[in-house]
Amino acid sequence: MSHKSPEELKNSAATLLEEYLPQKDTMKAKARIGIPVQDMPSQDPMVRITNLEEVAVGYSEEQAKLEALRCTQCKKRPCIEACPVKIDIPSFIQHIADGEFQKSIDVIKKTSLLPAICGRVCPQEVQCQEPCTVSKSLKDVSKGVAIGRLERFVADWEQAQGNVKIPEVKPETGKKVAVVGAGPAGLVVAADIRREGHSVTIFEAFHKLGGVMRYGIPEFRLPNTIIDQEVNTLLSMGVEFRTNFVVGKTRKLEDLMKKDGFDAVFVGSGAGLPIFMGVEGENLIGVFSANEYLTRANLMRAYDREKADTPIYESKKVAVFGGGNVAMDAARMAKRLGAEEVYVVYRRTEVEMPARNEEIAHAKEEGIEFYFLQNAKRILGDEDGKVKGIECLRYELGEPDDSGRRRPVEIKGSEFTLDVDTAIVAIGNGSNPLIPQTTKDIDVNRWGNIVVDERQETSMSKVFAGGDIVLGAATVILAMGEGRRAAAAINEQLAQ
Amino acid sequence: MNKILSKKQLSDDVFLMRIEASNIAEERLPGQFIILQLDDDFGERIPLTIADADESEGSITIIFQVVGKTTTDLSKMNEGDSIANLVGPLGTPTHIDNFGTVICVGGGIGVAPMHPIAKAMKAAGNHVVIIMGARTKELIVLEEEMTAIADELIICTDDGSYGRKALVTEPLKELCERDPKPDMAIAIGPPIMMKFCAETTRPYGVFTQVSLNTIMVDGTGMCGGCRVNVGDEVKFVCVDGPEFDGHLVDFDNMMARLGAYRGQETNAHHKCNIDKQIEEKEKA
Repeated sequence: MSHKSPEELKNSAATLLEEYLPQKDTMKAKARIGIPVQDMPSQDPMVRITNLEEVAVGYSEEQAKLEALRCTQCKKRPCIEACPVKIDIPSFIQHIADGEFQKSIDVIKKTSLLPAICGRVCPQEVQCQEPCTVSKSLKDVSKGVAIGRLERFVADWEQAQGNVKIPEVKPETGKKVAVVGAGPAGLVVAADIRREGHSVTIFEAFHKLGGVMRYGIPEFRLPNTIIDQEVNTLLSMGVEFRTNFVVGKTRKLEDLMKKDGFDAVFVGSGAGLPIFMGVEGENLIGVFSANEYLTRANLMRAYDREKADTPIYESKKVAVFGGGNVAMDAARMAKRLGAEEVYVVYRRTEVEMPARNEEIAHAKEEGIEFYFLQNAKRILGDEDGKVKGIECLRYELGEPDDSGRRRPVEIKGSEFTLDVDTAIVAIGNGSNPLIPQTTKDIDVNRWGNIVVDERQETSMSKVFAGGDIVLGAATVILAMGEGRRAAAAINEQLAQ
Repeated sequence: MNKILSKKQLSDDVFLMRIEASNIAEERLPGQFIILQLDDDFGERIPLTIADADESEGSITIIFQVVGKTTTDLSKMNEGDSIANLVGPLGTPTHIDNFGTVICVGGGIGVAPMHPIAKAMKAAGNHVVIIMGARTKELIVLEEEMTAIADELIICTDDGSYGRKALVTEPLKELCERDPKPDMAIAIGPPIMMKFCAETTRPYGVFTQVSLNTIMVDGTGMCGGCRVNVGDEVKFVCVDGPEFDGHLVDFDNMMARLGAYRGQETNAHHKCNIDKQIEEKEKA
């Protein structure tokens, strides 16, 4: 598949738009569905592996308007229900078709506070775009209305205008709420609670804000400037941030309420616990959890070998174990850091991979090789204790397991050695154990996730939780949805 | 915030700093550490033990040796300067109890993290024997503080320039041979020193706690970079540690992992030595 430049895509769209725009209010559904789905323009694969800039460069205005025309404005509107925060999707899309970008972003912001982020990282193909009438009609989710790309377009447009509206804050109530974690859940909770006039302080363990959006998701997928924009909005609203503050260590959670006077606490500490494979050789030099590799590269800026003091391992041949978005991020980052060969090793097949199709496609374009139905048996080291290879096994798919996916079954005697100097383990993350371990009254389930009721309240009165700490490693938008529910419950409680 | 309240040079490359950190001073317990970073964007995060704390003043004391870029930069900072980022207290505190006789072995800069532990052990009613060792007299630090705590104090230097000419393992062995033998030993210092202390006490069955100093990034258990083999388990030094049973720690793997970035670190350090020379030239 040849790579089309942003310019080419813009010009094709402009041509079609000339024809369709005059009919925008009268076009029939069949004609709308007939408009080809607008591809996301992206940097050329061989160029982008040498830089950290965003791979997806965003729709041109022509593409956005044309894509917006594809929405049939169907009566059923299944997209709204499928959105974790119930954005009025058909409405914001109509505004784009009409060229009313400000009105469009206003519609989105009634319910979603992080559109520039969600437009980029939401798995729309399993959310709003999945039941989309156009997807169903064409029997292809990838050809449904490109809702995410449109959301990103108007979010970026608003930022580019330079006058992003700051949500209004009601008069001060004198109540204060502590938010643990400056990731997606925490940021959203802070915004919703601050709007009601309560004082909000976000406590963040790291020196930078954003949680997994900062340390985990690379610049080329989610630029730091986007996160900074969202944080600036909160600062303008009067939200306070305390970085380098580990709740549970720097201050016990109970003390935030008993000694520091907070009326409620929201825990959004995420799923940062790395899971290792448990194979021999996993502690050799050159084996990293995806968390470590990405935190060094992203948060600590180690991708800039010149400027950054934090080193990152110099790898020539890298094996990444796992099949999710984190595995894709680690592989693509390793490529950009100069690895000649990067292999993603996954024990099931491409069909079972949880990663977004877009990420897998981008990774393939960038020259990353995929080895399916394979997994590590043990990691081999040289006399200096460094990784020199990985003994792998081949698998075949058997009966489905708890996740509903077919369980990989070892093929005995199929051992072979993969010649690599680095292994990155990206097989999943568990909920951060710090708060449960230091707060005896908070209950967790057997996976370490904090247990909450339907209002997101934990077993501890006035303490709420949401996001990955409750769901296990999930997504930004689900964290947002949980955050909104928790904020609503906290606001309700504080109003009494 | 995080202003340096006082700075003292204890030896050629060992510095003591008292830093404003009221939350940490209030919450910290012996054995815990902090992580600091000197530049928000490109700085490195490094762990340093909390050698002491003053809750009323709202300050903590760190003692560090210049070994690389960040510690070099830190050593050049002065009273009144602020440290960009400082987080703590991290790690699991030392288990303090009245064990009976506790031998505290501090190798080189290891006496700094040993100080609050020895102090707490003494306060808990233990008979505290302190062994302090260093290569040479110049590198013996905190002697006064340790004298104030110890029921018995043994100082040794490799070259005999101060105290007894011996490695710390010698007096440690002698103490293990006493009847009754000590109830426990704590060894803190360079990894090789801790390894040999553990080997010294092993035949006598004296429980020996060591405090590991691996490379760390976040310090809160989210990256696994600090992981060590302890027996047949994998533990994170930043949350399960920094203290572990010295007889179970795989020191060889731990020491190998400490060298993971050695090549890159040497380059970074070389850069700043050259910078230093250029600076001197420009001053002249």
